Order: sequence, then structure tokens, then C-alpha cells
Amino acid sequence: MQSVVFPNKVLPYLLLTPQIVLTVVFFFWPASQALYQSVLREDPFGLRSGFVGLANFRAILSNPDYLHSLKVTVVFSLATALLSMAVALLLATSAERVVRGRNIYRTLLIWPYAVAPAIAGMLWLFMFNPAMGTFAYILRRNGFHWDPLLNGNQAMTMVIIAAAWKQISYNFLFFVAGLQAIPKSLIEAAAIDGARGAKRFWTIVFPLLAPTTFFLLVVNTVYAFFDTFGIIHAVTGGGPAKATETLVYKVYNDGFVNLDLGGSAAQSVILMIIVIALTAFQFRFVEKRVHYS
Amino acid sequence: MIENRPISTLVSHLVLVIGILVVALPIYYTFIASTHTSIEIVRPPMSLLPGSALVENYGEAIGGGVERVVGVSLERLLFNSTVVALAIAIGKIAISFLSAFAIVFFRFPLKMLFFWMIFVTLMLPVEVRILPTYKVIVDLGMIDTYAGLTLPLMASATATFLFRQFFLTIPGELVEAARIDNAGPFRFMRDILLPLSATNIAALFVILFIYGWTQYLWPLLVTNDAKMNTIVIGLKRMVDFADASTPWNYVMVTAILAIIPPIVVVVLMQRWFVKGLVETEK
Repeated sequence: MQSVVFPNKVLPYLLLTPQIVLTVVFFFWPASQALYQSVLREDPFGLRSGFVGLANFRAILSNPDYLHSLKVTVVFSLATALLSMAVALLLATSAERVVRGRNIYRTLLIWPYAVAPAIAGMLWLFMFNPAMGTFAYILRRNGFHWDPLLNGNQAMTMVIIAAAWKQISYNFLFFVAGLQAIPKSLIEAAAIDGARGAKRFWTIVFPLLAPTTFFLLVVNTVYAFFDTFGIIHAVTGGGPAKATETLVYKVYNDGFVNLDLGGSAAQSVILMIIVIALTAFQFRFVEKRVHYS
Repeated sequence: MIENRPISTLVSHLVLVIGILVVALPIYYTFIASTHTSIEIVRPPMSLLPGSALVENYGEAIGGGVERVVGVSLERLLFNSTVVALAIAIGKIAISFLSAFAIVFFRFPLKMLFFWMIFVTLMLPVEVRILPTYKVIVDLGMIDTYAGLTLPLMASATATFLFRQFFLTIPGELVEAARIDNAGPFRFMRDILLPLSATNIAALFVILFIYGWTQYLWPLLVTNDAKMNTIVIGLKRMVDFADASTPWNYVMVTAILAIIPPIVVVVLMQRWFVKGLVETEK
């Protein structure tokens, strides 16, 4: 809050109007509808609906399909976050060590950020599609039975790689910023004490990078939970046999394809709780990070 | 550099080069595919060197080839994506700028309530309220309109926060000086606040343009008419119809054209992009 302000009484409301109107119409109203519908059961034609309390939630949480989808999402998110962060950290530490060409490397590494997740998935699909992908052909010719359209684990591997690939740029830039914030004097002191590269990395750089790492872990988890819908939808369609059906994909599928409105709304509410928890976690952590620096 | 060890530097260069190859591979592969004929693409192994059909593929795909497959021309898809990305970026910046201005430079009842209302939207990404938001759009008759494609994505807390944080660092003396000189709030906004915010606006613009261009779930839901598809959705629909007669060369051309504009924006506006990314922290 500024100490000096303008005296107008009505103007601030007018300035706020566009954002508040959009927020109410497209955020609060739909979110309240999701809450409301999550306690109703409606027939698929939308003719009748009745209050069923928490029955939708009970039905979902005891539905093996939902629990399976939850497990798929957790595996997918963690694998995507860890793979992408590990690669990005390796690249960032390498970029820190070179002097010449650093900017060129950075320019060449930030592209994938600009690629839509759905297209990232399709690009990998072009290469590894069992029917026409050249790399799928190479795998098969070398005796590896590659068919992500039938094998759930292979489909999962493919969407994880596509999702992680897309996120490398983001993690790379944050790790570079994190590495640059580490005081050089600490590393020099360790070098004088005789600590070599790997030892310096694990005892000094990595612990000091922890705030960045935690922050990225949360951001990547949120990304894998919500922003990867396009990858799943475009590449596997949740299949084969629901092997890659994440929670967001299931909300979409149950609501728009299977027309189970109450169930879909209840899933939305559960997702909201997950986002709120993750955001709260992130904020607590971001505060800490500010304090840290 | 702490110590000069040529071998370790060499290894670093090697790691970076391999990293770049991995990062570039999918895009390179698709670009190469877009220079081969459809027959060469579906019969693996495809050569990883450029083919001979570059000019034909791009010429035909733009000159009606894509339109025959999905019923909408490539130019129209690119146009739609550009409109959506620009509208989301500019709209979001404008409304966030105004609301941050109101929150920082005025004192009025219920201010904190509005602030929290905006803040809470961080926790409600479109993915968790798909169905009811879709219903709102249907009720408002906004299916297959640019308004329906962009308005629901315009309200968000991140840009408002960024502006708020920045406005708070502006010295109160500037406001005082403006008031003494008899400048009203609009004059102050136009002559002082806007020029000072230029870098922040550029940074946000890059991030939001990419955000708008790469949208998937929302355009998928609110467009029934092929003419209103964005290029990402158009590409998905081309792949959906995949059968023996799918013109894969057009698919590859569309994929390349779908990723080039945002890549150009990121690479050309790299400085602001990095700043925007680090400061909005999504």
C-alpha cells in the first residue's frame, strides 16, 4: 500500500470492475457450481437431480478406477518432475562452468518452453509411433518390442518423456538463476580447502540450491498435474486400458464423454483441494525463499 | 571460474551439446519430416536428412491442402491462434494493470476483499472447473467466438501481483509531485506509471503470449466450428483422422508452423522472457 494515494472515491471501483467481473463470472460462479453439483446426482439427460450429500465423494474415493487414476497421476507427476529437473540441473551446472558460448547454449535450450504441451506430445509421437516413427522402427529392428499403443508402461514412458522435455527450459533457467545466486566466496573457500568439483557440488552447491529445487518441485508437480492434459489427450487418450489416465483427464472424460456430472463435479472439488494445498505449500515456501536470500 | 581444468570444461561443453541435441531432436525430426513426401514419412526408416519436397509441402499445405483435410485453412488457424494469444496477453495486461493501480494508489472500503478475490483465483485453474465454466460460456452464447476463447483466460492473479509488487516500489514522492502539479490519476497513470512499467509489460507479454498460444483444453471445448479452431487444435484434429490416406506431410508442415511463432517470440524477446519467467513464478 502506497503512503500517498489519490483521493477519488468511485474511480478505484471502476478500475477494478473488469477484473472482478471476469473473476466472478468465470471463476467464482463455476467453482460454486462445481461445489453445488458435487452433492447432487443428475441423470445423464439433465432432467432430474437430487441431493445426495457426500455420496458422490464416497463413490469416487471407493472407485478402483479413480484410485488407479490417482496412482497414475502421482507416478506421472513425480517421474516428470524428477526427470526434467535432473536433466536441467545437469545442463545448468555445465552452463555455469563454461565461459564461452554460454548465451548461445541458453538460446538453444529455451525453445521447448514455447511448444504447446499437446504439440510436444505429438512431436514425440511422430518419432515413436509404432506405425510410422523412425525411432520406433529402430527400436523394433533391434529386437525391442515397442508398442505404446498396447503396452501401458511404454505409453507412460512416452508421455513422461514428452512432458519432461517440455519443462527442461523452465527448470534450466531457474537452476541457472539459483546457481548464480550462490556466493562465489563459499565455493572458492571449499576449493582452497582441497574439495574437488563433485565434492563441492554435493556439499555446498546442492544444499544451497535447495530452495530453488523445492520451488521447482512444486511448480513441476502442478505442471504435471494440470498442464499436461494436452499431452495425454493428444498422445494416448488416457490409454491403453487407462494406463495413462491422469486425474484431470478423468474429470474431462467423465464430464464430457461419459456425462457423469455429479461425479465429475466431485472430482473437480477434490482437484481444487489438491491445488489449494499445493499453492499454500508453494507460498509458504516462496516466503521462506525470500527470507533466505 | 574457480580453477582452470580444461578437461572438465570440455566435458561441460559436451554435456551441453548433447543436451541441445536432445532438446532439438523432436523439432528437427518434425522439420525433416515436413520436407519429405507423405509416402516417405509413413515408410520407416525415414531419412534424417532434409528431403526434396519442402517447397511442395509448404506450398500445398498453405494453398488448400490442410483445408481439404480439416475444413479450415492453415492461414485461418494461424490467424485464430494469433488473435487468441494477442487478446489474452493484451487483455490480461490491461485489466491487471488497472486493478493493481486501483489497489495500490487508492484507499477505499472493501479493498482487501477485492484483493483476496483476485488472489484466490490462483487456486482455481481452468482444469478444475471445466464443466461449469463451459456451461457459463454456453449460457452466454459465447461458443465459437473469440470472446469465449479468450475472456475466461484473462482474469488471473499473477499479472495483478506482478504489477502490485512493482507499484509498491514506486516512491510516494512521485505521487505527491504529480498531485502538486495537479495531475489526476489518469494523467499519473499515463505519464508516469506506464513508462516506468515498460519492462514489466514486455516481460509479461512474452509469458502471456506463449500461454495463450499453447492453450489446449479450453479451445478444444469452446470451438465446435472448425473455422474457430486454434492451430494446436487444428493439428490435433488432423492427427485424429489418421488413416491410410492422412497426408502426413501436411501434418508435419502444420506442426512446424504451430511451433515457430511462439519460438520466435521467446528467442527474440529472450531478455524479457527470462525476466518475466523468474518474476511471475507462475
